[in-house]
Amino acid sequence: MTAEIMPIRTAAESGFAEAFAALRGGLADGAITARREAAFRHFEARGLPHRRVEEWKYTDLRALMRDAKPLAGVPDAAAKARAKSAGNIFAAADARRIVLVDGALVPELSDLARLEPGLRIYSLAEALGHGSPEFTRRLATAAPAEGDVAYELNTAFMGDGAIVEVEAGAELARPLHLVFVYGAERATAIFSRSLVIVGAGAGLTLLESHEGPDGVDYQINTALDLVVGDRARLNRVKVNTEGDAALHLATLSATIGAKASVSDFAFLTGGLVVRNQMFVKCAGAGTTLDLGGASLLKGRQHGDTTLLVDHAAGGCQGRELFKSVLDGASRGVFQGKIIVRPGAQKTDSRMMTRALLLSEDAEADNKPELEIFADDVQCGHGATSGALDDNLKFYLMARGIPEKDAEALLIQSFVGEVIETVRHEGARDALAAATLRWLGERP
Amino acid sequence: MSLLEIKNLAVKVDDREILKGLDLVIERGEMHAIMGPNGSGKSTLAHVLSGKPGYEVTAGEVKFEGADLLALAPDQRAARGIFLAFQYPLEIPGVATMTFLRTALNAQRKTRGEPELSTPEFMKRVREQAGKLAIDPDMLRRPVNVGFSGGEKKRNEILQMALLEPKLAVLDETDSGLDIDALKVVADGVNRLRSPDRAMLVITHYQRLLNHIVPDVVHVLSNGRIMRTGGSELALELEAKGYVPYQDEAVLP
Repeated sequence: MTAEIMPIRTAAESGFAEAFAALRGGLADGAITARREAAFRHFEARGLPHRRVEEWKYTDLRALMRDAKPLAGVPDAAAKARAKSAGNIFAAADARRIVLVDGALVPELSDLARLEPGLRIYSLAEALGHGSPEFTRRLATAAPAEGDVAYELNTAFMGDGAIVEVEAGAELARPLHLVFVYGAERATAIFSRSLVIVGAGAGLTLLESHEGPDGVDYQINTALDLVVGDRARLNRVKVNTEGDAALHLATLSATIGAKASVSDFAFLTGGLVVRNQMFVKCAGAGTTLDLGGASLLKGRQHGDTTLLVDHAAGGCQGRELFKSVLDGASRGVFQGKIIVRPGAQKTDSRMMTRALLLSEDAEADNKPELEIFADDVQCGHGATSGALDDNLKFYLMARGIPEKDAEALLIQSFVGEVIETVRHEGARDALAAATLRWLGERP
Repeated sequence: MSLLEIKNLAVKVDDREILKGLDLVIERGEMHAIMGPNGSGKSTLAHVLSGKPGYEVTAGEVKFEGADLLALAPDQRAARGIFLAFQYPLEIPGVATMTFLRTALNAQRKTRGEPELSTPEFMKRVREQAGKLAIDPDMLRRPVNVGFSGGEKKRNEILQMALLEPKLAVLDETDSGLDIDALKVVADGVNRLRSPDRAMLVITHYQRLLNHIVPDVVHVLSNGRIMRTGGSELALELEAKGYVPYQDEAVLP
């Protein structure tokens, strides 16, 4: 007789089980309930990922997530009041602001008036309530992130979020800014799920900011399903300035059509434990994909960027450049995988990651991977990590620039190279300014 | 009080003794040249004066306008008026030359308690000096030294010197990597900056630079010590006879 070994549930895993049992009683959304249950079963069978799960090797969520916070309630007046000044980082971008407090879309704080022709914005709660066929259909379609534990947990618990539809051919001149802000006083768990559909030939600049108070160990699980049609153009810039005790798990699940142009940039300075994971599927031929990011970490921050680019169709060009600046005892993780499916010929995909270590205690983990099943492709990857160049520092100091300013100038130039790739000028300036602020706060 | 006074300076690099009791006095407005064979300690002297890390001073002292120079960080030395023109100017990707010049000048002014220069005043000074050195304004917008030719890099060093107006400029092998035309441009730039308020220490292996920049005093450095001091005619003698007469002692421990 063999004894079946049952793993011991962690406090966080038990917390999720209890929360889901409580949630299940109130669910009435038919097909979506079935999807939620399947998602939770997927999670329960695996538990929280740990270091022996390859995809989470460097971000041992079982160890990093001590407990599961109670699900956030509907934001109250005080939470909404705290949210008023949120999203200021993109103040100069003249964007249409859609504000989500504790994951819930708050119409009275959002700019929903006089939407441009071809633009629709509504809340996920609304879609779930009405059983939106569009959303149900999207959920039933295999998403690139499907099977990932954070994403499945998000599906099981998703409460609210923003749904944005840009009609085919609509070119939105004004950027759209999704302002995510944590407003609750005590630590809770937020599961927000958004869906952005950019129709064929349409154009959109999507800004996203995530922030919250310091000293509160709230937990964010946010996911964005992104569908970009043929010949569409999407520029997305995401900024994470969460509070210094926050856990932030973000998933991008993107499917891109043919001859489209997509850029995505993630700027990270906030949170205690952050994982920004992107599952991007190039489903149509001839698309251009630019993915970039800059993580500036200090103290005991843990920042993980995990990337999966799936070239399912040929003739696409992918450029990925991610940089991290690691101070204190922080840890920067980069995992990037490029898959080229059989038949995806003429794929041209290059991935580069660079870490700058500012202290002896900082750590950078880089894991680039290529899986190529086609024979006429150009793919490459590279990873570097190192300290500031002492000779460059001396050159600057020999010209009269004090040590700290010399370091700041060199860090700024290191980060500047990747911020330069942000296509939207206002967002680019905002990130350059945020980098200067971060440097100014360095001890 | 002399501008620079070096007494019995001994310096180690990676446990190897490079300077072994060097004495040198430079007065305001003087142009000194230090010549010597490879490995004699010329560049070590330049680096120690400017405060480059990695050099261990085991004996001696360096006084600049009477103050202990060795106690100061490189940026403080620069603010007090020491300038090193690098033998191999470094490339700094991502930092525009103009930003670099401005940050350096204003940092020095701040350390000295002087107000920052206004943008128009700064631009005026840069344009004026760049023009004299035939530096294309487009070069100033490019990252520092990135993609510059050898001659452009050295001209950029002289431009920095012109803007920073040091009291003592140390030119480390400024002639290396220059063809004769580039050498003339750089030498003219240096000569224009000669003044009663500015001393210079030109470090070179070859005499040819000293045809263009004529020194008041020439020193021969060998085996970590000044072996001989003379006028500019000493450079010609070295060119004719080489360093061999000064190296006999170098083979002895």
